[in-house]
Parts: sequence; structure tokens; C-alpha cells
Amino acid sequence: MRRPVAPWGLLATVTLVALALTACASGSGSGAPSGTADVTVAPPASFAPTTVRLLTHDSFAVSDDVLADLAARTGVTVQVVTAGDAGELVNRAVLTAGNPEGDVLFGLDTTLLSRAVDAEVFAPYRPAALAEVSPKLREIDTDDAVVPVDYGDVCVNRDDRWFADRGLVPPATLEQLADPRYRDLLVVENPATSSPGLAFLLATVARYGEEGWTGYWERLRANGVRVVNGWTEAYTGEFSGGGGRGTRPLVVSYASSPPAEIVFAADPKPSAPSTSVLTDGCYRQVEFAGVLRGTDRPEAARAVVDWLLSEPFQADVALSMFVFPARDGTALPEVFTRFAAVPPEPLALAPEVVAENRDRWVEAWTEVVLR
Amino acid sequence: MTTPSDAALRVDAVSVAFGTRRVLDRVSLTVGPGEVVCLLGPSGSGKSTLLQVVAGLREPDSGTVWWAGADLAGVPAHRRRFGLVFQDPLLFPHLDVVGNVGYGLRAAGRPGAEVGTRVAGLLELVDLPGFGRRRVATLSGGEAQRVALARALAPDPRLLLLDEPFGALDRDLRDRLAVDVRALLHRLGTPAVHVTHDLAEAQLVGDRVVRLADLGAAGGFDPTGRGSVP
Amino acid sequence: MGAAPLRAWVLAIVPVGVLLAFLAWPVAVLLAHSLSGRSVEVLQQPSVWRVVGFTLGQALLSTLLTLAVALPGTFVLHRYAFPGRRALLAVATVPFVLPTVVVGLAFRALLPPSWVGTLGVILLAHVFFNYAVVVRVVGGLWAHLDPRYEQVARALGATPWRAFRTVTWPLLRPAVAAAAALVLLFTFTSFGVVLVLGGPTTVTLEVEIYRRTAQLLDLSGAAGLALLQLGALGVVLLVSARLQARVAVAQRLRTDPAETTVRPRRPGQLVLLGGVLASIGVLLVAPMVALVYRSVRVGDGFGLAWWRALADVDAGTTGFSAPLAALRVSLGYAAVATVVAVVVGGLAACAVAYARHGASLLDAGLTLPLGTSAVTVGFGLLLAYGRPPLDLRGSWGMVPLAHALVAVPLVLRTVLPVARSVDPRLRQVAATLGAAPLRTWATVDLPQLARALGVGAGFAFAVSLGEFGATAFLARADSPTLPVQVVRLLGRPGEQSLGTAMALATVLMVVTALAVLVTERLRAGRPGQL
Repeated sequence: MRRPVAPWGLLATVTLVALALTACASGSGSGAPSGTADVTVAPPASFAPTTVRLLTHDSFAVSDDVLADLAARTGVTVQVVTAGDAGELVNRAVLTAGNPEGDVLFGLDTTLLSRAVDAEVFAPYRPAALAEVSPKLREIDTDDAVVPVDYGDVCVNRDDRWFADRGLVPPATLEQLADPRYRDLLVVENPATSSPGLAFLLATVARYGEEGWTGYWERLRANGVRVVNGWTEAYTGEFSGGGGRGTRPLVVSYASSPPAEIVFAADPKPSAPSTSVLTDGCYRQVEFAGVLRGTDRPEAARAVVDWLLSEPFQADVALSMFVFPARDGTALPEVFTRFAAVPPEPLALAPEVVAENRDRWVEAWTEVVLR
Repeated sequence: MTTPSDAALRVDAVSVAFGTRRVLDRVSLTVGPGEVVCLLGPSGSGKSTLLQVVAGLREPDSGTVWWAGADLAGVPAHRRRFGLVFQDPLLFPHLDVVGNVGYGLRAAGRPGAEVGTRVAGLLELVDLPGFGRRRVATLSGGEAQRVALARALAPDPRLLLLDEPFGALDRDLRDRLAVDVRALLHRLGTPAVHVTHDLAEAQLVGDRVVRLADLGAAGGFDPTGRGSVP
Repeated sequence: MGAAPLRAWVLAIVPVGVLLAFLAWPVAVLLAHSLSGRSVEVLQQPSVWRVVGFTLGQALLSTLLTLAVALPGTFVLHRYAFPGRRALLAVATVPFVLPTVVVGLAFRALLPPSWVGTLGVILLAHVFFNYAVVVRVVGGLWAHLDPRYEQVARALGATPWRAFRTVTWPLLRPAVAAAAALVLLFTFTSFGVVLVLGGPTTVTLEVEIYRRTAQLLDLSGAAGLALLQLGALGVVLLVSARLQARVAVAQRLRTDPAETTVRPRRPGQLVLLGGVLASIGVLLVAPMVALVYRSVRVGDGFGLAWWRALADVDAGTTGFSAPLAALRVSLGYAAVATVVAVVVGGLAACAVAYARHGASLLDAGLTLPLGTSAVTVGFGLLLAYGRPPLDLRGSWGMVPLAHALVAVPLVLRTVLPVARSVDPRLRQVAATLGAAPLRTWATVDLPQLARALGVGAGFAFAVSLGEFGATAFLARADSPTLPVQVVRLLGRPGEQSLGTAMALATVLMVVTALAVLVTERLRAGRPGQL
């Protein structure tokens, strides 16, 4: 009989190989800090060194030095906890209301605001810096539970080169998207599964009203609109502009997508993006943050909310998350001032109206567009 | 005994290599009608490979296998009607004893009643009457090997290839089975190639005992392919 | 089953404990929290039953199609000796771990636009993803099958086809049944493929559960659907476990590849080899090549800009780490998840194989993690382990644990057919030689299982590398894994985002293929025969 061979040897070998690979990987790695956001600098100010868990969605990003600035000024270290996409984030927070996974939540948007506030996810806090926030954003009723941090507009993007090549004038209004001249050119996201998709649906409701919006979608459908389930499939898979190699020159995306096209372009960077924004019929999404009820370090959590409204963070959001800062007078990077569209009259619906009707609208939309 | 022309089986200068290793180097061998040839050689000497070539389960790199004067190249294993018994009984574990012994008969499309009768007869022949419905996992080593033998004999093979058929059994059982098999083969008149590494067993079973080493190029030129052990 | 195997219940303690603690309990807590009249109401909606019908229909079609395409491939990859066989085996495993978003883009790039959103493209993508499941699970047994069974049959006058049908197939059936059950499970619970490549009208139960849980917070409705899905899968799994137990056959296995492979020579063999190579090329390799192609496509030309961006912090999505940092994170998680999955899955396989009673139940139970939505388990974990002293939220261990949960059923499936095939007489022999049960197990069973455990380990490692659903839910923002990083890059405009995502997806493919190759080598160099 052969010597007994236990699989533990095998296991150990596998583990060793994995570890060796890991070591190689770190050797050939980026030279970046070792994958952690914990930036500790000697605390001169208010608190003993404290860690605050910032619960947010998976699109959250912030520059290193902005984090360092917080630690330097307050002794608070931020640990970022992602909780899936914006929808998952809010629902996790609702589910754990009172016994939160983190101390501060960032990334609640207008369509989900009511649900979170009604579930008493937040401990009210009104930071002094709220006064600096643009009055339009302050108008949104949040019961002081949360504060607006940034905003962005969901708009139709156009592949200008495509239209120029064909000598076709690109559409300029929501209404024109249903024009037979632009037949089979538009791709939108499914509002049941995509946040920009939902925003665009809300834009049409805001524009055409409860009576008219299904009629508009019937016309879009007759005009060959294509529906896909997510932003990536739409923008990267179907859209002819940008980095993608699709076939449709009109897509529902963001007002900040053209500057992102420049920032994330191949070198040498082009002087101007080849895509532009249709500024009619944009839907405004505002992102909020708040202190989670039940946190065991409310003071430090409030300091983090203050930090989210502070000048360094506000100045950082444009290039790290491609949204607009909520704070009035925040300087925008040049690529934003030149190429990001600011729609003159963005559409919006009150959060409670959205909360009340959202499911019904999505079902009606599904009936009209997909069946 | 036999001359090459009236031989039943003739293996002519067969070579097989596994990668760079030459397992068989121009091996030749003849077996006469009704003759039981014992092929002797240490393990790893290519005996099993030779049987596989004869059975049509492996194509030789070069050389020819003849049966009754006809070249067997291109004749697939299932048309050669050569029975094969390995050292392990290799009974099909998902079938019972009847299923195993009757396998070749059903493959040949014989009607069920005939299969039943013939299987019962074969089980008598190998001294296992009434074992038909036994599960193969419940058989002893000797019983399993007898069933394997009955299975190989069932389709009435023209030639029987036995690859160390008793190698896994104890001495006592091996000797008894060897005597039984010899008697059986002679009764049926089926020619056989019996591979073993045990000289005593070879002498007990075989009409003629040859060493594999003497059959190939290394063993010198032997036009009759009949190198033999005195 | 014969003399004194290690008692099944002893082996089952750890797997059952893990199952109860990290699957059953969280799901139960979530259900208790959410079940209401609405849960039943949901089940009365005709639209829900349309979803159920579609889910089941596409799952059955996908399973049949995958078996039809992958079984010949399994045979060729395990029984024919030809140059590059091992590499091809590794390549065939890669699709299984690719994030669906990435694969969706590759398919979009290759297929006519009018195909996207159809049932056909979903079926194709399911074949792409599950090819490896069949190759691994069935191949694990096929590679061991003694070729002499078929030789005996051929010598008895059976044509090659008849020999396959009456001898090889019955011996292989347990593994085929296991693979079919897995593919059925994967496609029944298909989520990413359906979202990314399906149209808005092709909705599976899993998608609907996700939408209700994560987007609508209709937990009651989702609970009703989750129970329906678990019930349906429980029945499927129980039936399949019974079936597998019934067709299981104790047989002696061969472990030396030299004995079990042949060099294809005859015209028929060459045609089969060619057909399999072609199908692998078209179905599996072409989409992967499309990804690599995109990673070097810069502007209107070609270049390595996106590959350089992998090490560039500014190209990352976190603000402080380069995209490639995800590699180290993924490897670390995968190492831990592999160890856990192999230990738990290996123990479970033996427990199921030796159990006199309750084997089907244990088998089905341990496979359920595959049939439970990541989001259901995730929300359940939040509720079940959200309070001190057991506040596991945010703990790094949750990610490899979730990966291991997904990998355990795969390890179990890979090892079980072999564990069942261990000849009980060998154990009896060991026992009569004075070996205590534990020693018998270690000296008789384990050596024979070593190869299958090796395959399982490679499988688990690959699964962990590629897992997305649970990781996206549990991973910390500052340490994304490879697939999470790829998906985040793809959620951003700009050519660099796409190109870097594709380069990183290529890294993921290469690392996966290497991991599989390494375990294959280990496996080959470690004979497990007595």
C-alpha cells in the first residue's frame, strides 16, 4: 500500500502558490498605498483618533489628499464601506435602521429619499455649512435628516461625429427624439433595473404629465427606441460615441459624460469631446448624506458630514465622481466648465411624489414599451 | 506443429512506441489452430500492448496482424471476434452476472431466449451455476475471474487473449484455474495467447511457451516467429 | 456500506455547521422579518408565473444545450493526448469566472445586434459560462474511468458507439447527472447574463428577487419569490441527488493519465478532435479574444496605454489605488476561500458518500447556496449577524466566506462521484489490516480523492476570483476585487475606462487559467492510486 497522502499537503501547496502569486502581484503592483483608505495623520484638533465608517454606493471615490485633510484637521479617519449600488445602499440602510452598518451614509438620491427618511434611518443634523449650499438644493424637504452634497443631471448624450458624418442635424429637444428623422437612433436604460433609466422615465413624466407621458413613450417605441438593462450596456455596448463601438448615436447618460470622455481619453487628449449633451429634458438627481441613527460616535460622524460639505471635498467631487458640487461658488475644473452641460431648466419631481408613484410608473412603462 | 501458412494468427514485425520509448520492436508470433501459446515476460515488457494490437484496440506503428491469411489492418476490434480477459476481471459494475456474460451475445443481436440459455450453459462451464443474478460486487476474486472468462467465451471467439488472467489470485486458486482453463480451451478448441510472467503457470497452461524478448528484433532473426522455451 | 468507514455524521459536522450558520440562519432571519400576506399575494400574480415559466424553460434548454456541446469536449479534453491539451483545459475553465458584464460586452461586440436580447443569445452565453462545469465535473470521473472496460466490450463485439452507450455511459452517469444538476441550478438562478444580454422582457426569478429586494425594498414580495425559488430548487436537487445515488457505481478507478489517454489517429477521432477544437474556438475563445483585442485598441490604432493605466492611481476608481491593486486583493481572498471550500466540500462529499440515511438531504442542502440569491443571503447576514458580540458586518472574512459558500457545492460535486466510486472492499481490507476508521479514511479514501480534491481546489480558486454578486455586496470600497474593479471601471465613460477594464479582465482570465494549470500540474504529479 502506498504511503498515505493527505490532501492537506495539496492544500498547503495551493495556499503557498496563491501566496507566492500574491507576493509577485504586490511586487509588480502599482506602488499605490496598500489598498486602504485609512489615512492617519497626527490629530491636532477636536477628537481623539476615531474611525468613522462611511456607508456609500460603489461609485463613491475621493482623492487621497482630501481624506488626509480630514484626518489632519479633526483626527477622524474615514473607512469607506460600499453597500452595492444606490438602491441596495438605501435598502440596506432601511433594513438596519437604528443598528447601522456605518456611521454616515452618503449617496442617497432624490428618488429614494422619502423611503430612507420615512424609515428613520438618519439622526437629524443641520451643519453650519448648509448655508453655503445652493438655495435650489436646499428647497428639497429633507426634515433636516440629510444634506445635499452634490447633484448631476441625467440627459441624452449625442455622438456629434456620427451626425456630422451624415450631415444630419442632431436632435435638440425631448420631443424631437420621437421624430422619424431620428428613427432607430436612441438607446435607453430599463427604469426597472437602472438608475439613469428611472431618471429619464421621471423626466418624461415631469415634462408630459400624468396624462401624456405614456403617449410620448408610445411614440418613442414606434420610432425604434432600444431598451437595455444597464448604463454600461447602453453607453459602452450600444452607443456609437465615447469609448464604445456601438451603432446608436443617442443614449441616456449624464450631463458630465462629455468631460469624462476627455479625462479618460487616450493620450494625447483630444481638445474637445466628440459627444455632447441634449440639455432639454434633463432630470436632476441630488445626492444626500446624513448621520445614521444609532451610531456610537455621533460627534465624529457629524464632523464627517461637515467634511462632505467642506471646500476641499466639494472641489474634489467633479473629477472623482463626475458630479457637480452642492456648495455655491465651488471652483470647477476647466474640463467641466468647458464641456459639462448645465441644463437651464432641469426637470425634477418632489421626492414624495416619486416615492408614491414610482412602482406604478415603472409598471406602466413596462406595459407600454416592452409588451 | 504449425507452419506460418496454416497459422490461425500471425503477427508480423509489429512495432509500437510510446513517445520515444519503444515498447514493441518488430515483434513476430504465430499461433496455430487450437494452439494455446503462453507468452512469458517481465512486467512492462510490452505483453499487454501486444495483446491490444492483436485485439485491434491499438494500432501498431508498423507491422501487420494476419488472421487465417487475411490482413486485419482496418478491421475494428468488434469485428475481430477475439475474446479478451485482463488480470482484473473488469466486470461491468453496473450489470449483474447474466448481464456481463450475455453482453457479447446481445451486442451480436442474439435473441433474448438464446442469450439466457447460452449464459446458463457458460456458467455451468466455468463451474458457477446459478450465479446469474448475483451482483458482481459480491463475487470473490476467483468467481469474478471465472465470470470474466465466461463473458469472453460467450460470443464464441475465434481467438482468446488472456492478459495475466490469474495474476491477482493466490497461488492455490491460480493453479486450479490454470488447469481448468487449459481443459476448457482444449475442449472448445479455441486458440489462445496467454500472457504471464509466471513460468510455472505458463508451462501448466500452454502448448508452447515463448519469451517476448525472443520474438522481436532484439531476439535475433526468427523467420518462423516461433521462438520457444524448451 | 461495508466495514467501518469514518462515521458519516462526524464528517458532516463542519459542513452542516457552516451551512446552518451562514446560509440557513440568515435566510431564515430575513424571511421571518419579511414574510407577510403580501408574500402569498405575489404568488397569485400571473406575471410572476410567466417569470417562473421562462426561468424554468430557459434553464432546461440551457442545460440540454450545454451538455450536448460540452460532453464531446469533456471526452476529447480528458481522453485524447494532444499537444496543448492542458492549456486548453485551463482555457475552457476561464469563461466560468468572467464577470457577466464583461462577457456581455464581448458578446455584443461579436454578435449581430438583432440577436441581443433574444433567448438564443442567453442560451449561448449559458453554454459559454457552464462549459467548464461539465468539463470539470464529468471530466473528473471520465479521466479516471478504466479504459479497459470499453476495450473488453469492444472485444466482445460491441461497436464503439454501443460500447460507449452500454458501458461508458452508465459508469459516467453519476457525474453527468451531477453536472446537469449544477448547470440547471446555475441557469435557473441566472442573474448577470439575463440582465446584461437578455432584453428587458427576459426576466428570471433571480432578477425579479433582486429587483424587489435591492431596488424596491419589497421584502415581503421578494420573500415569497425566494421561498418559491428555494422550494423549486430544493425539489430539483433532491430528485437529482436521489438519481445520482441510484446510478452511482462502485468501480476501480485509474489514475495514470498515460493509461487513460490515447493519441487520436483514426479519421473518426480526428474529426471529433477537430469538431471540439472548433466549437471551443468559436464559443469560448472568440469572446475572450474580443476582450484582449479591446484592451490593446487605443483610439483608431493599437497600443499598450490601457495596460500601463493598470498601474496608474488616476485610472483607478477609488482615488488612492491603481486598478491592478485588485489583483492582490483577489488572490488573498481566493487563497482563503479555497482552503475553506476544499475542507468543507471534501468533508461533505465523504459524508454524503458514506451516509446510510439522509445523504440526499445533505447533498441537496449543501448545494442550496447556489440556488439562493446573493442578495437574499446578504440581507439576511446583515440582520442575523448585525449585533455585538457577533457583528460580522464589514469584516474582511465575509468575502472569502461567501466565495467558499458558492464553491463548496462545486467541490462537493467534483469529489462526490469519486468518493462514491471508492471500492468499499478496499476499506474492508484496510480495516482488517487493523486500521482505525480515521486511519482507513486517511489511507484508503483520501489518496483516491486527492486528484478530485485538486480539481475542486482549482475550481474553488477560480470561482473566488470571478465571484461578483456577493462580493459587490460585501467587499469594502477601498479593496475591490478584480471583477468588482472591472465592473466599476465599466460604469464610467471614456475610452480609458473601457480599455483599462478590458486589460484588467484579461489579467483576470490569465490568472484564472494559471491557477487552473497549477492545480492540474499538482494533480498530475500526485498519484492517488493505492
